[in-house]
Amino acid sequence: MKILVNGALRDTRAGDLAAALQELGYGDAVVATALNGEFVPAGSRTGARLAEGDRLEVLAPMQGG
Amino acid sequence: MLQVYGTELRSRLLLGSSRFPSPAVLSEAVRASRAQVVTVSLRRESSGERAGQGFWSIIRELGVKVLPNTAGCHSVKEAVTTAHMAREVFGTPWIKLEVIGEDDTLQPDVFGLVEAARILAGEGFEVFPYTTEDLVVADRLLDAGCRVLMPWGAPIGSGRGLNNLFGLKAMRAHFRDVPLVIDAGIGVPSHAAQAMELGFDAVLINTAVAQAADPVRMAAAFAQAVEAGCAAREAGPMEPRDMAAPSTPVIGTAFLR
Repeated sequence: MKILVNGALRDTRAGDLAAALQELGYGDAVVATALNGEFVPAGSRTGARLAEGDRLEVLAPMQGG
Repeated sequence: MLQVYGTELRSRLLLGSSRFPSPAVLSEAVRASRAQVVTVSLRRESSGERAGQGFWSIIRELGVKVLPNTAGCHSVKEAVTTAHMAREVFGTPWIKLEVIGEDDTLQPDVFGLVEAARILAGEGFEVFPYTTEDLVVADRLLDAGCRVLMPWGAPIGSGRGLNNLFGLKAMRAHFRDVPLVIDAGIGVPSHAAQAMELGFDAVLINTAVAQAADPVRMAAAFAQAVEAGCAAREAGPMEPRDMAAPSTPVIGTAFLR
Protein backbone atom coordinates (compact mmCIF):
# COMPACT_ATOMS: atom_id res chain seq x y z
CA MET A 1 0.00 0.00 0.00
CA LYS A 2 1.15 3.53 -0.66
CA ILE A 3 1.23 6.19 2.04
CA LEU A 4 2.67 9.69 2.19
CA VAL A 5 5.60 9.90 4.61
CA ASN A 6 6.68 13.48 5.24
CA GLY A 7 5.13 14.41 1.92
CA ALA A 8 6.82 11.67 -0.14
CA LEU A 9 5.01 8.64 -1.51
CA ARG A 10 6.30 5.42 0.08
CA ASP A 11 5.37 1.75 -0.20
CA THR A 12 4.74 -0.14 2.99
CA ARG A 13 3.45 -3.53 4.02
CA ALA A 14 3.21 -2.53 7.67
CA GLY A 15 -0.16 -2.95 9.28
CA ASP A 16 0.28 -0.33 11.93
CA LEU A 17 2.30 2.79 12.65
CA ALA A 18 4.85 1.09 14.91
CA ALA A 19 5.67 -1.46 12.22
CA ALA A 20 5.82 1.23 9.54
CA LEU A 21 8.42 3.22 11.50
CA GLN A 22 10.60 0.11 11.77
CA GLU A 23 10.16 -0.69 8.10
CA LEU A 24 10.92 2.88 7.02
CA GLY A 25 14.20 2.86 8.95
CA TYR A 26 13.42 5.05 11.94
CA GLY A 27 14.18 2.25 14.40
CA ASP A 28 14.87 3.73 17.82
CA ALA A 29 15.10 7.36 16.61
CA VAL A 30 13.60 10.07 18.81
CA VAL A 31 10.60 11.10 16.75
CA ALA A 32 7.02 12.22 17.18
CA THR A 33 4.32 11.07 14.79
CA ALA A 34 1.07 12.37 13.38
CA LEU A 35 -1.31 10.44 11.17
CA ASN A 36 -3.61 12.41 8.89
CA GLY A 37 -2.94 15.53 10.95
CA GLU A 38 -3.63 13.93 14.33
CA PHE A 39 -0.88 13.36 16.90
CA VAL A 40 -0.26 9.68 17.65
CA PRO A 41 1.62 9.29 20.96
CA ALA A 42 4.45 6.75 21.03
CA GLY A 43 2.40 4.48 23.26
CA SER A 44 -0.40 4.32 20.72
CA ARG A 45 1.64 3.53 17.60
CA THR A 46 1.13 -0.18 18.00
CA GLY A 47 -2.38 -0.81 16.81
CA ALA A 48 -2.66 2.51 14.94
CA ARG A 49 -3.86 1.01 11.65
CA LEU A 50 -2.65 2.37 8.34
CA ALA A 51 -4.71 2.68 5.19
CA GLU A 52 -3.94 3.46 1.55
CA GLY A 53 -3.22 7.15 1.05
CA ASP A 54 -2.63 7.92 4.74
CA ARG A 55 -0.48 10.96 5.49
CA LEU A 56 2.22 10.22 8.06
CA GLU A 57 4.38 12.94 9.56
CA VAL A 58 7.56 11.91 11.37
CA LEU A 59 9.17 14.81 13.20
CA ALA A 60 12.40 15.10 15.17
CA PRO A 61 14.25 17.78 17.17
CA MET A 62 15.57 20.57 15.01
CA GLN A 63 17.07 24.04 15.35
CA GLY A 64 14.50 26.65 16.33
CA GLY A 65 14.31 30.27 17.31
CA MET B 1 16.35 35.83 40.20
CA LEU B 2 13.83 35.39 37.40
CA GLN B 3 11.14 32.77 38.02
CA VAL B 4 9.14 31.29 35.15
CA TYR B 5 6.60 28.59 35.90
CA GLY B 6 8.40 27.78 39.14
CA THR B 7 11.84 27.50 37.51
CA GLU B 8 14.51 29.92 38.66
CA LEU B 9 16.73 31.31 35.93
CA ARG B 10 20.01 33.01 36.72
CA SER B 11 20.54 34.10 33.14
CA ARG B 12 18.09 36.54 31.60
CA LEU B 13 19.23 35.70 28.10
CA LEU B 14 17.37 32.96 26.26
CA LEU B 15 19.03 31.79 23.06
CA GLY B 16 17.57 30.36 19.87
CA SER B 17 19.43 27.49 18.20
CA SER B 18 18.65 28.26 14.57
CA ARG B 19 20.73 29.62 11.66
CA PHE B 20 24.17 29.00 13.22
CA PRO B 21 26.96 28.24 10.73
CA SER B 22 27.68 24.87 12.33
CA PRO B 23 26.71 22.70 15.32
CA ALA B 24 30.11 23.39 16.90
CA VAL B 25 29.59 27.15 16.70
CA LEU B 26 26.10 26.74 18.16
CA SER B 27 27.52 24.85 21.16
CA GLU B 28 30.24 27.42 21.72
CA ALA B 29 27.79 30.29 21.40
CA VAL B 30 25.41 28.76 23.94
CA ARG B 31 28.28 28.45 26.41
CA ALA B 32 29.48 32.00 25.72
CA SER B 33 25.97 33.39 26.15
CA ARG B 34 25.60 31.68 29.56
CA ALA B 35 21.97 31.03 28.55
CA GLN B 36 20.17 28.38 30.56
CA VAL B 37 17.27 28.14 28.13
CA VAL B 38 17.63 27.29 24.44
CA THR B 39 14.73 27.23 22.00
CA VAL B 40 14.29 24.26 19.71
CA SER B 41 11.81 23.08 17.13
CA LEU B 42 10.43 20.01 15.36
CA ARG B 43 10.86 19.30 11.68
CA ARG B 44 10.43 16.39 9.32
CA GLU B 45 13.06 13.71 9.92
CA SER B 46 14.59 11.71 7.08
CA SER B 47 15.18 8.10 8.06
CA GLY B 48 18.42 8.18 6.08
CA GLU B 49 20.08 11.37 7.30
CA ARG B 50 18.63 11.43 10.83
CA ALA B 51 19.79 15.04 11.20
CA GLY B 52 17.45 15.58 14.12
CA GLN B 53 19.05 12.85 16.20
CA GLY B 54 22.48 14.47 15.94
CA PHE B 55 21.10 17.89 16.79
CA TRP B 56 19.27 16.53 19.81
CA SER B 57 22.40 14.91 21.23
CA ILE B 58 24.29 18.22 20.87
CA ILE B 59 21.58 20.07 22.80
CA ARG B 60 21.46 17.41 25.52
CA GLU B 61 25.23 17.62 25.97
CA LEU B 62 24.90 21.34 26.69
CA GLY B 63 22.79 20.59 29.76
CA VAL B 64 20.39 23.47 29.08
CA LYS B 65 16.65 23.62 29.54
CA VAL B 66 14.87 23.47 26.20
CA LEU B 67 11.96 25.62 25.15
CA PRO B 68 10.30 23.99 22.11
CA ASN B 69 8.47 26.29 19.72
CA THR B 70 5.58 25.94 17.33
CA ALA B 71 7.29 28.02 14.64
CA GLY B 72 5.68 27.86 11.22
CA CYS B 73 2.21 27.11 12.53
CA HIS B 74 -0.55 29.25 11.02
CA SER B 75 -3.58 27.69 12.69
CA VAL B 76 -4.69 26.73 16.18
CA LYS B 77 -4.88 23.06 15.22
CA GLU B 78 -1.35 23.01 13.80
CA ALA B 79 0.04 24.75 16.88
CA VAL B 80 -1.75 22.50 19.34
CA THR B 81 -0.74 19.32 17.49
CA THR B 82 2.87 20.52 17.25
CA ALA B 83 2.85 21.26 20.99
CA HIS B 84 1.66 17.72 21.73
CA MET B 85 4.43 16.29 19.57
CA ALA B 86 7.03 18.56 21.17
CA ARG B 87 6.00 17.58 24.69
CA GLU B 88 6.54 13.93 23.87
CA VAL B 89 9.90 14.39 22.12
CA PHE B 90 11.45 16.97 24.46
CA GLY B 91 9.83 15.78 27.68
CA THR B 92 8.86 19.26 28.87
CA PRO B 93 5.53 21.01 29.42
CA TRP B 94 7.13 24.27 28.24
CA ILE B 95 6.01 25.50 24.84
CA LYS B 96 6.86 28.71 23.04
CA LEU B 97 3.57 29.21 21.32
CA GLU B 98 3.67 30.84 17.90
CA VAL B 99 0.61 31.15 15.69
CA ILE B 100 1.68 33.21 12.71
CA GLY B 101 -0.90 35.43 11.09
CA GLU B 102 1.00 37.31 8.42
CA ASP B 103 3.97 36.12 6.40
CA ASP B 104 5.79 39.38 5.62
CA THR B 105 6.12 40.46 9.23
CA LEU B 106 5.58 37.05 10.90
CA GLN B 107 3.16 38.94 13.11
CA PRO B 108 1.30 36.64 15.49
CA ASP B 109 -2.34 35.84 14.84
CA VAL B 110 -3.33 36.96 18.31
CA PHE B 111 -6.86 35.55 18.04
CA GLY B 112 -5.55 32.08 17.26
CA LEU B 113 -2.82 32.55 19.84
CA VAL B 114 -5.29 33.13 22.67
CA GLU B 115 -7.41 30.18 21.58
CA ALA B 116 -4.41 27.83 21.35
CA ALA B 117 -3.02 29.10 24.66
CA ARG B 118 -6.30 28.33 26.41
CA ILE B 119 -6.39 24.78 25.02
CA LEU B 120 -2.76 24.06 25.89
CA ALA B 121 -2.84 25.61 29.37
CA GLY B 122 -5.94 23.50 30.05
CA GLU B 123 -3.92 20.42 29.12
CA GLY B 124 -1.12 21.24 31.54
CA PHE B 125 1.27 23.00 29.19
CA GLU B 126 3.29 25.94 30.48
CA VAL B 127 2.80 28.38 27.65
CA PHE B 128 5.22 31.11 26.55
CA PRO B 129 3.16 33.01 23.98
CA TYR B 130 4.88 34.99 21.24
CA THR B 131 2.64 38.03 21.13
CA THR B 132 2.54 41.75 20.40
CA GLU B 133 2.58 44.58 22.94
CA ASP B 134 -1.24 44.85 22.78
CA LEU B 135 -2.50 45.14 26.36
CA VAL B 136 -5.91 43.60 25.70
CA VAL B 137 -4.39 40.56 24.03
CA ALA B 138 -1.96 40.27 26.95
CA ASP B 139 -4.90 40.28 29.36
CA ARG B 140 -6.63 37.56 27.37
CA LEU B 141 -3.46 35.45 27.35
CA LEU B 142 -3.16 35.72 31.12
CA ASP B 143 -6.83 34.83 31.44
CA ALA B 144 -6.16 31.81 29.21
CA GLY B 145 -3.58 30.56 31.72
CA CYS B 146 -0.27 32.03 30.52
CA ARG B 147 2.09 33.06 33.32
CA VAL B 148 4.75 34.54 31.04
CA LEU B 149 4.32 36.85 28.05
CA MET B 150 6.75 37.26 25.18
CA PRO B 151 6.06 40.48 23.27
CA TRP B 152 7.97 41.11 20.07
CA GLY B 153 10.50 43.92 19.88
CA ALA B 154 10.28 43.94 16.07
CA PRO B 155 9.51 41.35 13.37
CA ILE B 156 11.41 38.07 13.75
CA GLY B 157 14.87 38.22 12.23
CA SER B 158 14.61 41.94 11.39
CA GLY B 159 17.17 43.19 13.93
CA ARG B 160 15.31 46.47 14.26
CA GLY B 161 15.28 46.56 18.06
CA LEU B 162 12.37 47.84 20.11
CA ASN B 163 9.99 49.26 17.49
CA ASN B 164 7.23 50.48 19.74
CA LEU B 165 8.84 51.91 22.85
CA PHE B 166 5.63 53.53 24.06
CA GLY B 167 3.68 50.28 23.74
CA LEU B 168 6.37 48.20 25.43
CA LYS B 169 6.74 50.67 28.29
CA ALA B 170 2.96 50.65 28.75
CA MET B 171 3.00 46.86 28.82
CA ARG B 172 5.74 46.80 31.45
CA ALA B 173 3.89 49.35 33.57
CA HIS B 174 0.56 47.57 33.22
CA PHE B 175 1.75 44.05 34.07
CA ARG B 176 4.18 44.70 36.90
CA ASP B 177 4.22 41.16 38.26
CA VAL B 178 4.13 39.15 35.03
CA PRO B 179 7.46 37.93 33.63
CA LEU B 180 7.86 39.68 30.28
CA VAL B 181 10.42 38.43 27.78
CA ILE B 182 11.24 40.44 24.67
CA ASP B 183 11.16 37.90 21.87
CA ALA B 184 12.19 38.72 18.32
CA GLY B 185 13.64 41.70 16.53
CA ILE B 186 16.68 42.40 18.69
CA GLY B 187 19.67 43.10 16.47
CA VAL B 188 22.55 44.31 18.63
CA PRO B 189 23.48 44.12 22.32
CA SER B 190 22.40 47.73 22.95
CA HIS B 191 18.82 46.71 22.05
CA ALA B 192 18.98 43.97 24.67
CA ALA B 193 20.42 46.34 27.25
CA GLN B 194 17.64 48.81 26.47
CA ALA B 195 14.99 46.13 27.00
CA MET B 196 16.47 45.28 30.38
CA GLU B 197 16.79 48.96 31.35
CA LEU B 198 13.07 49.34 30.61
CA GLY B 199 12.41 46.62 33.15
CA PHE B 200 11.78 43.61 30.96
CA ASP B 201 12.66 40.37 32.67
CA ALA B 202 14.61 38.70 29.88
CA VAL B 203 15.30 38.70 26.16
CA LEU B 204 15.22 35.90 23.63
CA ILE B 205 17.83 36.25 20.88
CA ASN B 206 18.58 34.08 17.88
CA THR B 207 19.42 35.65 14.53
CA ALA B 208 21.47 38.51 16.00
CA VAL B 209 23.89 35.96 17.45
CA ALA B 210 23.68 33.20 14.84
CA GLN B 211 24.17 35.49 11.85
CA ALA B 212 26.94 37.63 13.35
CA ALA B 213 30.33 37.35 11.68
CA ASP B 214 31.58 35.84 14.94
CA PRO B 215 28.58 34.27 16.71
CA VAL B 216 30.51 33.17 19.77
CA ARG B 217 31.89 36.63 20.44
CA MET B 218 28.46 38.16 19.80
CA ALA B 219 26.88 35.70 22.26
CA ALA B 220 29.31 36.90 24.93
CA ALA B 221 28.56 40.52 24.02
CA PHE B 222 24.83 39.91 24.47
CA ALA B 223 25.45 38.25 27.84
CA GLN B 224 27.32 41.36 29.01
CA ALA B 225 24.64 43.70 27.65
CA VAL B 226 21.83 41.83 29.36
CA GLU B 227 23.71 41.82 32.66
CA ALA B 228 24.54 45.52 32.31
CA GLY B 229 20.96 46.46 31.45
CA CYS B 230 19.60 44.45 34.34
CA ALA B 231 22.07 45.97 36.80
CA ALA B 232 21.25 49.46 35.50
CA ARG B 233 17.54 48.87 36.01
CA GLU B 234 18.13 47.71 39.58
CA ALA B 235 20.43 50.68 40.20
CA GLY B 236 17.63 53.12 39.26
CA PRO B 237 18.39 55.18 36.14
CA MET B 238 18.20 58.98 36.37
CA GLU B 239 15.22 60.80 34.90
CA PRO B 240 15.99 62.42 31.55
CA ARG B 241 15.40 66.18 31.25
CA ASP B 242 15.12 68.58 28.35
CA MET B 243 17.70 71.20 29.35
CA ALA B 244 21.30 70.90 30.45
CA ALA B 245 22.22 70.62 34.11
CA PRO B 246 25.92 71.28 34.83
CA SER B 247 27.58 68.30 36.40
CA THR B 248 30.50 70.33 37.74
CA PRO B 249 29.54 72.55 40.73
CA VAL B 250 28.86 76.16 39.71
CA ILE B 251 29.63 77.56 43.14
CA GLY B 252 33.32 78.43 43.38
CA THR B 253 33.82 78.92 39.65
CA ALA B 254 36.83 81.23 39.11
CA PHE B 255 36.09 84.73 37.81
CA LEU B 256 38.47 85.01 34.87
CA ARG B 257 36.76 87.43 32.48
